Amino acid sequence: MAHRAASTSAAADRAGASPHGHEPVLAARDLVKRYGSREALRGVSVAAAPGELVAVIGPNGAGKTTLLTILAGIQPADGGQVVTAPERVGWVPQQPSLYGKLTVAENLRLFARLERRPDVEGTVEQMLDQTALADRAGDLASTLSGGNKQRLNIAIGLLAEPPVLLLDEPSAALDPRQRERLWEFIGGLAASGTAVIYATHNVQEAERFGRQVVVLADGERLFAGSPGELERVVGERSGEAGGDFEAAFVEFLRQRGH
Amino acid sequence: MRWLLAKDLRILRRSPFLVALLVLYPIIIAALVGFAVTSGPGKPRVAILNLVPPAANTISLGGEKVNVAKQAQPLYDSVEPIRVHSRAEALQRVRDGDVLGALIIPPDITQNLQAATLGGTKPARLQFLFNAEDPAKQSFVENTLKARVQDANTALAKKFTRVAADYIRLLSTGGTFSIIGSSFNVLGLQRTEAILQQVSRSVPKGSAAAKQLAQVIQFATLARQNLGLANGVLSAVGTPIRIDTTIVKGGKTPLGAFAAAVAVAVTLMFVTLLLAAGALALEREENAFLRLVRGLVSQTGLLVEKVGLATICSAAVGLILLVGLSFFVALPWSRFGLWVIAVAAGALAFGALGVAMGALAREVRAASLLAFMASLPIAVLGLVPSGAVSSGLYDLVRVVSAAFPFKATLDALKAALSQTGGMSGPLLHLILLAVVFTAVARLALRRFAY
Repeated sequence: MAHRAASTSAAADRAGASPHGHEPVLAARDLVKRYGSREALRGVSVAAAPGELVAVIGPNGAGKTTLLTILAGIQPADGGQVVTAPERVGWVPQQPSLYGKLTVAENLRLFARLERRPDVEGTVEQMLDQTALADRAGDLASTLSGGNKQRLNIAIGLLAEPPVLLLDEPSAALDPRQRERLWEFIGGLAASGTAVIYATHNVQEAERFGRQVVVLADGERLFAGSPGELERVVGERSGEAGGDFEAAFVEFLRQRGH
Repeated sequence: MRWLLAKDLRILRRSPFLVALLVLYPIIIAALVGFAVTSGPGKPRVAILNLVPPAANTISLGGEKVNVAKQAQPLYDSVEPIRVHSRAEALQRVRDGDVLGALIIPPDITQNLQAATLGGTKPARLQFLFNAEDPAKQSFVENTLKARVQDANTALAKKFTRVAADYIRLLSTGGTFSIIGSSFNVLGLQRTEAILQQVSRSVPKGSAAAKQLAQVIQFATLARQNLGLANGVLSAVGTPIRIDTTIVKGGKTPLGAFAAAVAVAVTLMFVTLLLAAGALALEREENAFLRLVRGLVSQTGLLVEKVGLATICSAAVGLILLVGLSFFVALPWSRFGLWVIAVAAGALAFGALGVAMGALAREVRAASLLAFMASLPIAVLGLVPSGAVSSGLYDLVRVVSAAFPFKATLDALKAALSQTGGMSGPLLHLILLAVVFTAVARLALRRFAY
């Protein structure tokens, strides 16, 4: 079993608790996932409190998407367990999961009905307002820009008003302006109490928006804590203080042989 | 599930090319099959070069003039004759493709026929010239010609037989015989026997003359009796083999109804397989599958919805096709309810096969290709008749056909359209296949997500 000493947060190591001490709305302990002989996850634990933004970062093949799909209940873990989970967990896959030949409103209406929302039209209106897509409600989803598609994708994930939202690479393929608007939207969700766990390649996004950062590499959790803690750990090891977060992250992976 | 069905129908409505295809396909197929069934094969154009002088068209047979051209009429009735005036012209028309072939009647044909009636051994021959660009055409031309020459031979043989039978009757019972304008009275064996019987009474019994007369009377009696049998023998020579048909298996499905059943079964297969396989694979390509099966819809529910979508659409297409075909071929409208049941059951089984293909292929293009590639062999195997291949191979074909819905759909449609055969067997078979293929699709969905 690989070491897990890199985690500097005692709270994060204690599965079932958020590193910030709040009661977690979602927590998983020692998750293991195997694809044949390959171990995609090796004893990964994670927790998120209401309103918390948790960034899962790591190189390609680190196990980020696998972790989110297990938390979303899409596939079972081969070991460990999800110890705390709300009834509804919102999940937004990396590729927009919507029907191109339906309009924005029709996509929302369809999933609202499938989610058995009591007031379908009210929910659709609310989501159109929340995602600022009201003026595109009648447009086919296939005609939307990448950013708008992603906003619709997230809106569909939020239809059931889940206390936890899982986002897989939400800003991939978006231009900087679209990305900014997207994070503004996600930040608003967190501010309203929704726990958001997002996987990203973008280290700046993890530093800027993540209150907690989980570093994965080769299926192992190497770190869980705040971005500042990660920088501090790297500084202590290398003897250098300061520097940017991306450099600290790369150095952190290098120190651990990744 | 109904919301998903409504969504798929809405998406289908917004795919104008696909909708046009679904509407036009049955109409075109109905028209093609209808014309093919109702407008049977046309007469082949054949150049005819008759080199026999008009005066030499008859032969003399037993004092009767037989017009050979008239007896050969069946040969002309089955073709569209194009009269030509020389061998070169006949050849040119064949080379140009203007006619299927050229029939050349040599000038000595009636002489040879006349000689044959007098015991000659040289047969009367016709010449036929034709192109053989491909084996199918060659086979068609040869078979057509042989059949028509056989018809003409049969007509002539009947004529010969009738004349020969008249001769025999004359020898047996006696009568008047005319030749070259003169009439002869033929005594006949029957009257010869009576005269001899009368004479024998005046001859002393036990004398040498009485014994000789008795021998002659016995010969006349035997000859008369045996010649009486000759008429039957001669008529048998004219048509030595006759066919009595008895159906051992299957009903007497009219050709039109059978063609309609095949057209609808093929249409159901293509439309349902492509729709079901494509619609399921599309859920994955739109990345909606995982979102849907996270508690919004069960995986089995999703499969049932796709099967339902394909069944509804293709059954509608199949029924439109049947209605279209009813303008060309006689279909029993009184059994419309059974049409619906047969079409729906076939569509259901094909829908299940389609989702199995979609789940296995996972991508729309691959699923469509798989559905298309599988359709043709499934249909061909379902149409192989018994006796067309060896018994072992036919058993294998039956087993493979039974594993797919085409044959059972065809049987159900034949039963619904022609009032022959039961429907319950094919319907149960189709329902069983629907359950099995849905189960296969459910298993295949395990690898659908990633």
